[in-house]
Amino acid sequence: MNSLKRKDLLDIQSLSVEEILLICRSAKYFKDIFTRSVKSVPVLRGKTVCTLFYEPSTRTRLSFELAAKRLSADLINFSVSTSSVVKGESLIDTVHTLEAMKVDYIVMRHAASMAPHFLSRNIKASVINAGDGFHAHPTQALLDTYSIMEKRTSLDGLHIGIIGDIKHSRVARSDIEAFKKLGAKVTLCGPPTLVPDDFQLYGVDITYSLDELLPELDVINLLRIQKERQQGSLFPSLREYHRQFALTEERFRMCKSDVIVMHPGPVNRGIEIDDSVVESSHSIINEQVTNGVAVRMAIFYLLAGGAPLDEMTEERGAHEDSN
Amino acid sequence: MKIAIKNGRVVDPASRTDDLLDVLIEDDTIADIAPGIPVRDGCGVIDASGCIVLPGLIDMHVHFREPGREDVETIFSGSKVAAKSGFTSVCTLPNTDPVIDNQALVRFIKLEAEKGPINVFPIATVSKGRKGEEISEMGELIGAGAVGFTDDGLPIMSSILMRRALEYSRMFDVPIITHAEDLELSDGGIMNEGKNSTLLGLKGIPKESEEVMIARDVILTRLTGGRLHVAHVSSGGSVEIIRRAKESGIRVTCETAPHYFSLTDDAVAEYLSMAKMKPPLRTGEDRKAIIDGLKQGIIDVIATDHAPHSLNEKMQELEYAPFGIVGLETAVPLIITVLVRENGFSFHEAFEKVTVNPARILKFDRGELKSGKTADITIINPDKKIIVSEEFMISKCKNSPFIGMELYGSVEHTICSGNLVYSNK
Repeated sequence: MNSLKRKDLLDIQSLSVEEILLICRSAKYFKDIFTRSVKSVPVLRGKTVCTLFYEPSTRTRLSFELAAKRLSADLINFSVSTSSVVKGESLIDTVHTLEAMKVDYIVMRHAASMAPHFLSRNIKASVINAGDGFHAHPTQALLDTYSIMEKRTSLDGLHIGIIGDIKHSRVARSDIEAFKKLGAKVTLCGPPTLVPDDFQLYGVDITYSLDELLPELDVINLLRIQKERQQGSLFPSLREYHRQFALTEERFRMCKSDVIVMHPGPVNRGIEIDDSVVESSHSIINEQVTNGVAVRMAIFYLLAGGAPLDEMTEERGAHEDSN
Repeated sequence: MKIAIKNGRVVDPASRTDDLLDVLIEDDTIADIAPGIPVRDGCGVIDASGCIVLPGLIDMHVHFREPGREDVETIFSGSKVAAKSGFTSVCTLPNTDPVIDNQALVRFIKLEAEKGPINVFPIATVSKGRKGEEISEMGELIGAGAVGFTDDGLPIMSSILMRRALEYSRMFDVPIITHAEDLELSDGGIMNEGKNSTLLGLKGIPKESEEVMIARDVILTRLTGGRLHVAHVSSGGSVEIIRRAKESGIRVTCETAPHYFSLTDDAVAEYLSMAKMKPPLRTGEDRKAIIDGLKQGIIDVIATDHAPHSLNEKMQELEYAPFGIVGLETAVPLIITVLVRENGFSFHEAFEKVTVNPARILKFDRGELKSGKTADITIINPDKKIIVSEEFMISKCKNSPFIGMELYGSVEHTICSGNLVYSNK
């Protein structure tokens, strides 16, 4: 695997295992760079990145912007609330405008599933999906994968639990696809209203008992519970949800001694997870944020046609010889 | 004016005729159907060698968007598309702007249709303003030319209104056409609920949203003795409910659309909004049940639900794009390719669904080939391939998932009331 020979990064489903591993290897290189005092490299100098966010987001957007800046790209951002888009300019027209300004990368977050896929078929610029509807959030899944690999080298044979609102979660879908591709066993846990049987198509197990599941897990990945789901009668109250599915201090004691606790953020402390667990040494929630920047740098770099970084010196030598 | 159709294979589902026969048309009437009719001077001749000669096709479910959205289709433009597609009669649905809920608007449609090549029969709304509150003036509407009633895309959620509509319409013996959908169960969904909606993260519409409403309406038809016609059946469960209703003597008929026997919800990831319609494309099992239901005659009618939408409207995020695809021009090719060629339907089994069956439901004195009947005739070459290109489609809108496909079945001539209204060059 020499580089990502693709225009876009839209979902995990279309990535091969080799591509996922390549991204993780490259991320390690970039993490080493920006944890030193001079954090930038000129990899994307002269390229323009536009973050196009049709849904509010702070951390994903900041993470992409930092990644682009640390690669010396020119950065512009464009944010619209979905409600004004419905009345105003169409997505296609907006993006054709960006294209006319010669933007090279469009990082898009959109409330409508498949919107980046629709876009990528109709423009020449690279599209990086920063989350579409309930469908996919590939960079989150890649940073989650990388974060686990940092602690365990490989995902092969690990038992990973994903807990919470699976049905409405793009993070869950992309995580499941990435973890399964790398050989992990995945179990989903939450009420049946939020964990429909159709998810079995991913080759995962489903359980409604967190207490039975927890002692078996190597990794616990908690999802943010959206308070508005309660209004759709998907669960009766936050109190009952907490009783059934929160990672409380008490439940945490049932877990393996080397268990990893993850959360894509932002965390609802006291709802899906207790404060003390967030702060425990098992929690890698902050590390995930750091790794997010590294993974996104790697993705920009590889989509730009960058060679694998661990082989870079040798390749450079080879090129000089041939000239 | 005389026209002789020579050397064709006459296929008339009503009389179960399937023979090499000639058809002689005098003015607007079929004068004779017999072998080797001699051609006299002044008689036009259509050579139908290699073709099947059918009664003019009937599509009881089209959206011609006029009044209101003349930019996407008009009664005139839609009628030309219909003629080109082999249809000599269509029923227009009333979800226009304004909605067809009064006599003046029914007459407007009839008047506009006179400019076009084919027969247009308006269907009016069940409820005034299509609001689902009070039944419309059904007697007056029928007097003006309406042939049935439906609120189409806005299902009648009120059970008591549905009861009254079925009850009141009994005295006219016209069908109440139900767009069977429980909007609460659909819950803002945009494609079939199942494996594909899970993978794509799109909100699902369970097939139960359709089945629950069909079950309710069938039960209300039993209660009232009314006449129910279920529009665009898409699921196996719906076919089963209708089968049981028919077996117990309830007066229910139903239709499906070509896309439900041709595609499954696997198409959504590929064609995005071009594969978005209501009800949504279902699973392979449902598709098979639709084909079986057609074969066994549980599904009476194939209707296209021809629903033009502009490219601008369709070129949006899947979630925001409108529901519906155009269907007239691909109807015959899909019937021939999928039903006749791939699933072994006889021409009778396939084409009764677009001729005699809808004619009986709507009480049209059309849909059969017989001396003395109005000369509505469609001539199709079933072995000729067509490519569904944008050039092939003359509809103002090209919102079809079938673009690019190669299919069998070419409409060669369409004759409406004795006039040759379309000929393939």
